[in-house]
Amino acid sequence: MSYLELNNVTKRFSTPKGTREVLKGVNLSVQEGEFAAIVGYSGSGKTTLLSLIAGLLQPDEGEILLQGKPIDGPGPDRGIVFQNYSLLPWMTAFENVHLAVTARFRDVSAAQQEDRTQHYLKLVRLEHAAWKRPNELSGGMRQRVAVARGLAMRPKILLLDEPFSALDALTRASLQDELASIWERERTTILMITNDVDEAALLADRIYPLTPGPGATLGDPIPVEIQRPRVKRELSLSPAYQKVRKQIVEFLTRKRAGAAR
Amino acid sequence: MKAAALPGALAARQPAPPAAGNNAPVKRRLPRVEAASIILPLLAGVGVLLFWTALSQTVSPDLPSPLRTWQESKRYVLNPFFKEGEMSQGIGRLAFYSLMRVMKGYSLALLFGTPLGFLIGLSKFASRALDPLIQVLRPISPLAWLPLGLVIFQRSEPAALFTIALCAMWPTVLNTAVGVRSISSDYLNVGRVLNLPRSKMFFSIILPATLPYVFTGYRLSLGIAWLVIVASEMLTGAPGVGGFLWQEYNALVYSHIILSILTIGFVGFLLDRLMGTIEARFKST
Repeated sequence: MSYLELNNVTKRFSTPKGTREVLKGVNLSVQEGEFAAIVGYSGSGKTTLLSLIAGLLQPDEGEILLQGKPIDGPGPDRGIVFQNYSLLPWMTAFENVHLAVTARFRDVSAAQQEDRTQHYLKLVRLEHAAWKRPNELSGGMRQRVAVARGLAMRPKILLLDEPFSALDALTRASLQDELASIWERERTTILMITNDVDEAALLADRIYPLTPGPGATLGDPIPVEIQRPRVKRELSLSPAYQKVRKQIVEFLTRKRAGAAR
Repeated sequence: MKAAALPGALAARQPAPPAAGNNAPVKRRLPRVEAASIILPLLAGVGVLLFWTALSQTVSPDLPSPLRTWQESKRYVLNPFFKEGEMSQGIGRLAFYSLMRVMKGYSLALLFGTPLGFLIGLSKFASRALDPLIQVLRPISPLAWLPLGLVIFQRSEPAALFTIALCAMWPTVLNTAVGVRSISSDYLNVGRVLNLPRSKMFFSIILPATLPYVFTGYRLSLGIAWLVIVASEMLTGAPGVGGFLWQEYNALVYSHIILSILTIGFVGFLLDRLMGTIEARFKST
């Protein structure tokens, strides 16, 4: 049985123009300790899908199971790193992470809570900026605080919503490497959503392509059989990478052509 | 009030703009801007004085000229805190009485207005129930509330405070409610994902996210409280700038009316500046 499972999940939104089916019959299964990625065009319902798993939205049809139990509402067992980081601007980096730690580990002593907070800040190499507020941090540093906050919840699964899309190319590349190394150390189950095929191929074990909405649904997962640690520079030469890339791009373009017709 | 102290510290830590190599033209332009911002208001002031003088010399002989106003008022201004009895006190002392009264009424306004604003912002039920009522109560003049206050409390002082509080609380109520409603759903989602208990949700997320709006409300409320004080003192005859104004009108010392008006304007301006500074600190976070 898989760790996270989506069975036939459908989500509709009512708009002034009538009901809009954003997601239709989505099936997904993520194994424990796996790094899974969902790749799709912007506006195809990726964030909606993640919000459903996070419990911030409820599906209209189908079920979402985590370790066999249906999800009802949000909870810290599903850490989430929002697309726009969503750090609280009135709190320092430390306080932002600490809020997650204290919310998750209420019975632990205050000293231990602080240690844990420090640990995760260290993990994302931000101990020197712990007392800065988000508006004093660069985009990359903010994203790292958000990742630290997500990991600090010790979630069963960490959900990443286009985590690096707002960053410049250089920062994005170094954060991708960092995320890969953090994941290899922590082995948290991760589900990442992205519009970047290369990013997915670099980080994920399996990639689900998401067809363009409305009525978006997931295609069959494409395994990424590339040895870790993966090096971005060498990736483009790897035949396995080229195969994955071709499969995804073909799937997405075919579906888009179909949708346009 | 941890959040209140920290933004200030933040502002102080912000580095000064780097001194660029070509800052010479900037340096030359700066004094000119400052000169204009002093000279232009001065010119406008002189214009008003001339108009005032002309008015007093021609159509309204009862209106004291600027010179006469100054001569009859300078005792109150140059020695602002003297006291010769209830009827004759320095203008600084009178302004102080008014300020104290405003602060009491204003505190009451904040004390009731802030929680009410949060209640309306957080609860759809409360909002539906109270919004129409507020829309009706808000435009009522202090001159209308004061007699009711006198009926309820039988004494002028609590009636004045009642009037100030009742008139001044609405900007706080409405801004707080708007602030709560316009909290980014991202911040609320953070709290939901963390399953924060209600109290923590309020103190860690809702309150700090709303503070800038709350302080805008506080600034507007203080402005109204200062407007109301004059009206309420005029009606109750309480010692203060407004009471003095009315007393001197009845005593036919018209120059002191002008003195009072200028004092009211000046104090109001200072209060607004003070609150503006505090508000700006919260906006910067």
